[in-house]
Amino acid sequence: MPVRLRIQRFNPETDSAPQWREYTVEVEPTDRVLDALHAVKWHCDGSLAFRRSCAHGVCGSDAMMINGKNRLACKLLIKDVKQPIVVEPMRGFAVVKDLIVDQTKFFEKYRAVKPYLIAAEPPPKTERLQSPKQQERFEDTTKCILCGACTTSCPSFWANGEYVGPAAIVQAHRFLFDSRDQGAAERLPVLNEANGVWRCRTIFNCTDACPRGINVTKAIVEVQNLLVARAKDPRGSDAAQ
Amino acid sequence: MAAPPALSSAYGRPKPIGGMDLWSWYFMRVSGLALLLLALGHLVIMHLINSVDVIDYDFVARRYVGWFWRGYDLLLLVLAMIHGLNGMRVIVDDYLHQPAQRRVAAWLLHGLGTILIVLGVVAVVTFRPPVTPVGVGQ
Repeated sequence: MPVRLRIQRFNPETDSAPQWREYTVEVEPTDRVLDALHAVKWHCDGSLAFRRSCAHGVCGSDAMMINGKNRLACKLLIKDVKQPIVVEPMRGFAVVKDLIVDQTKFFEKYRAVKPYLIAAEPPPKTERLQSPKQQERFEDTTKCILCGACTTSCPSFWANGEYVGPAAIVQAHRFLFDSRDQGAAERLPVLNEANGVWRCRTIFNCTDACPRGINVTKAIVEVQNLLVARAKDPRGSDAAQ
Repeated sequence: MAAPPALSSAYGRPKPIGGMDLWSWYFMRVSGLALLLLALGHLVIMHLINSVDVIDYDFVARRYVGWFWRGYDLLLLVLAMIHGLNGMRVIVDDYLHQPAQRRVAAWLLHGLGTILIVLGVVAVVTFRPPVTPVGVGQ
């Protein structure tokens, strides 16, 4: 079936402002929006630039704004979107070209929350064990693929690019609530700053945007509650249970 | 086994958790909940149980003979003002980035907040109903 796409194009080397271009391509209703973008790039205009890697909703490379909402182009079926399909880069980041955005600061914030296991004890001979219940505590936030859909759908982030953002908080949550981790004392000060978790206004755009179905707002509130609990009782145990 | 090394020492002394942003967030949660109950109570009494037609000076004077309703109104007034102004402060914090603009906004918010809260508190606290409230026994 013929599908119309309206894509925001921008090449900072030659364009003074982004401009819209329309394309019509032939794809199946059960194809993904990514297939339509491929059709444009391969058959209409080879200069169209976008990121994609695995193309199966796992790597998180092809997050973009589709019909006003942040989505993974490789997970959204043509039959589920209205035409013309309006495709824009994620908001709040500088555009490198067309649908490719500069994620440097996004990953700086990701690194700032130390998204790795911090354990004081030397590693045991086998695994660091935990019960299924302990694992369940942070299971939801392990699903993050760092696509950036949540952070770039957040009005607080649009208003202030220094906000640490939902994605970094989700990553912090994944370790803060891990019974094996003891890095809370290093992560919490970053999250407690003015540009940390307190900039969340509970808008739920992040939860709506997450292609992995993570309850992002809930994770943020859990980190906020953890900080309040820690402020009331500074000697609280290191791994949040 | 030797005591495990304190990892945070490698990054300097960890800052204690607390501060203005944390407590302001906590205040918004607690005051929001309190305001929901207080405002619902106010709404039910003033608009459902009583009609606005019967609410006049006498009605207020009768309520303000004791301190219960004064306390109720004071709590509603102070919490609502601080909750609302703190919300405004948060919006200013999000959307005004120039230091001069932020200073002006902060002065306006603090000034306006102080004036309105003082006016309200003075009205509630210094109100003296007639010794025999008008309308009693009617």
